[in-house]
Amino acid sequence: MYDVVIVGAGVSGASTAWQLSRYDLKIALIERWADVGFGVSKANSGIIHGGFHHSAKKTLKAKLEILGNLMFDQLQYELDFPFQRNGILVVAFTEEQMSTVRKLYKQGLDNGVRNLEMCGRDRLLQLEPKLNPEVVGGFHAPGGGTIEPYRYVFSLVESAQKNGCELFCNFEVISGEYRNNLWTLTADDGRKIKARFVVNAAGLFADRVSAVCGAEKFAIHARKGEEYLLDRNSKARPQKVIFPVPSRESKGILVIPTAEGTTMIGPTADPTEDKLDTTTSADHMQHIVTLVSRMINGISPRDIITSFAGLRPVLEDEDFYIDLSKQVPHFVQVAGIQSPGLTASPAIGGYVKDLLKQDGLELTEKEHIAYRNLPRHEFRHETPEALDELHAQNPTYTHLVCRCEKISAAEIIEAVRKGHTTLDGVKFYTRAGMGCCQGGFCSAKIMKIISRESGIPMEELTKKGGGSLLLGGKLGILTVNTTRETAK
Amino acid sequence: MIHEFNYDVAVIGAGAAGLAAAAEIAKSPHRVVLIDREEQLGGILRQCIHNGFGLRYFKEELTGPEYADRVAALTKSPNINCKTNTTVSDLKRLPDGSFELLAYSADDGVSLIRVRAIFLGMGCRERNRGNLAIPGSRPAGVFTAGAAQKLLNIEGMLPGKSAVIVGSGDIGLIMARRLCWSGVEVKAVVEIMPYPSGLTRNVVQCLDDFGIPLYLEHAMVNIAGRERVQYVDIAPLENGIAQLDRQFRIECDTVLFSVGLIPENELSIQLNVELNPATGGAVVDANLQTSVPGVFAGGNVLHVHDLVDFVSEESSEAGKSIVRYLDGKLHSDNNCVTVESNLKYVIPNCFNTGEKCTFSFRPLIVSDVALLEAELNNKVIWKRKFTYVKPAEMLKIELPAEILKTPGKLVFRLKEEA
Repeated sequence: MYDVVIVGAGVSGASTAWQLSRYDLKIALIERWADVGFGVSKANSGIIHGGFHHSAKKTLKAKLEILGNLMFDQLQYELDFPFQRNGILVVAFTEEQMSTVRKLYKQGLDNGVRNLEMCGRDRLLQLEPKLNPEVVGGFHAPGGGTIEPYRYVFSLVESAQKNGCELFCNFEVISGEYRNNLWTLTADDGRKIKARFVVNAAGLFADRVSAVCGAEKFAIHARKGEEYLLDRNSKARPQKVIFPVPSRESKGILVIPTAEGTTMIGPTADPTEDKLDTTTSADHMQHIVTLVSRMINGISPRDIITSFAGLRPVLEDEDFYIDLSKQVPHFVQVAGIQSPGLTASPAIGGYVKDLLKQDGLELTEKEHIAYRNLPRHEFRHETPEALDELHAQNPTYTHLVCRCEKISAAEIIEAVRKGHTTLDGVKFYTRAGMGCCQGGFCSAKIMKIISRESGIPMEELTKKGGGSLLLGGKLGILTVNTTRETAK
Repeated sequence: MIHEFNYDVAVIGAGAAGLAAAAEIAKSPHRVVLIDREEQLGGILRQCIHNGFGLRYFKEELTGPEYADRVAALTKSPNINCKTNTTVSDLKRLPDGSFELLAYSADDGVSLIRVRAIFLGMGCRERNRGNLAIPGSRPAGVFTAGAAQKLLNIEGMLPGKSAVIVGSGDIGLIMARRLCWSGVEVKAVVEIMPYPSGLTRNVVQCLDDFGIPLYLEHAMVNIAGRERVQYVDIAPLENGIAQLDRQFRIECDTVLFSVGLIPENELSIQLNVELNPATGGAVVDANLQTSVPGVFAGGNVLHVHDLVDFVSEESSEAGKSIVRYLDGKLHSDNNCVTVESNLKYVIPNCFNTGEKCTFSFRPLIVSDVALLEAELNNKVIWKRKFTYVKPAEMLKIELPAEILKTPGKLVFRLKEEA
């Protein structure tokens, strides 16, 4: 029996689990997919937004965005994930667009954002020499930045686990029942979890989880965003995150210098009926390349090393819905967490905690709290001297497995031992396979390490859980059809 | 403590190129460190268990591992120290013109290696689905042909049960046959060009003999499947544009990409070696020396070859140049060599006045008969007819010393003959 069960281990659920794990509570965090962050969060653009896109007077999402933004420096220190406050530029290329720029700037000021700076052409080019010199004007939000969203989720969950939170992956809730002051959530495979409180942070499927628990009826719509990742050596990599002037549906197509030294362009914003549809399309690639080429110099489609798509969970009114259920007891809804959900997530966790307290959950701080995730020993961030010392403790620190991103065997072994036993799990945890060869050289090596460390036979390893088997079995299991050959 | 080593030459990569260069240098008294990130010497040859190697270089037909063993045997010399399972991550040129390398391995930890010359023999990597930005979902079952080859031939694992191969490059063709022999159904090979991009003998022996359909001028326009690949959509091309109204579907659980190779010059970039956009490799002079004195290149890191025999020949030549460099006897002239019509590139990019020189070309045309012409200072000095010219097959010629006696600008042209 748990005090709280959190449905969904994306940024919202993980942040909630992390905040609650510091109290004397028994917490379960459940995730539908094979690993944490594998739903909406995995494909997030990774922007820590600047607090000017939405009005804090009118929307909950802006209020939480502004609070959340301010929390990231401390979070990075405590949790260890790639994050940089490299600033955001919103850029206009026509006088007409400048009126929106001024409106956004004013909105930022009204929201209480500090240090926003209106910029003319020269100032913008000084801040970001790679901008197209035809830029007319814009503003600078130095408090914005970029983060690796999946690394942030891993870090939150790891810290929560250190403080006693229990994680259950591949747990898809198919029913929820409240009886004798206790919730029982049942998974598709029959597992059951009992808890006094439920937090519904199920992302795209928050509507379904709410429905099967007899709570509010609402509809989550999926809005797809395609992203294209450029080679590390791309000449287009800017210093700042570059935003165009936004539209109603989205903040536009951005140029994103990621916190790990690569460049990403995207995302698009298109509604899709299918909540599992993460396909990319040729038209969109062209569209993205054309749009970003207007903003910045050096974009080349030849530099694209991979593409992917993510889905934003969107409610009709475009705002977050975070509240106690009015229809069932002890049930917190955390729904419609679209952009700027990542930025807002630390504040979302706090907000949910306060709602639970208000609903009767007693919060007593633990006597011993593990506050920090010590920084990981990542080959790419260590000096040769430090690597030499690490090698003395464990020789696998100087055995490089992923050449492109410089990931050591030690890092991969650590990921597997922490429970990331899918190829994507290891990839997102360590970056192995994210570089220019896209796993061409290292996938087989990584699979062997996963198999050795986890005991899962090679032929049963998956890319991302479920039926995503990586291999077709051992050589020799198939019958060789020689009829065509002999027919010749 | 970081181990420090001094050698005369570092050979980076112990595939066909690095082994040939190291073997050549070891004939001199100079000391070589041969570094490779894999466990065994031989590079990609290890996974190429088919035959067809060595006809030119060893005058007999060998499999990839046999060829690797032959060249590796030549490197058994007291002058060569092999460091396998070792990755070079940083390269630096010092003000005195020597070099410092940082190499990492589980056995030795961190090694700081000082050398006077470097041979770049890193080979190439495969272009992948991401490079082509093929639309669709991202299920398991999508491989580059070489990665699938390694899984099958080294690890003994099948990539899947039914496959479609994108690109008719040699690795893709070889893999089509290999998959058939393993019981995997190969449903199609899809090629965007109007002609196959692999060697003719491979089209015959790997596709025709097995009745595998080759769709020329077709593109893969969609990969579908949530967990594992379920099907792909293929469309014919007209003037390079996919005709989506005529697309058709092939059910399969595996997609292999054999769509070209990219020379692996990430380390060369650290040394500010000048690269040639046409090859993706270094610009080199007649001695196969790059724009950075003391840095030489050969094999697929320089330009993508279709025969390993050519890799060995070229890299042996580079090895000889390195010995001359170390002995202070290397002579380089700056006589510019370029290509015009119907040739993608030429290697090397300079010739030495009055010395014979070997040139490699990549044609841009398919032609039954074509005339290769060399023009020095606007005067045609040499011609040769070639039959069955195509982009898949590299042209290699040697110009004798007599006709290169005058310094100046050398231009090559390829002309289609009616």
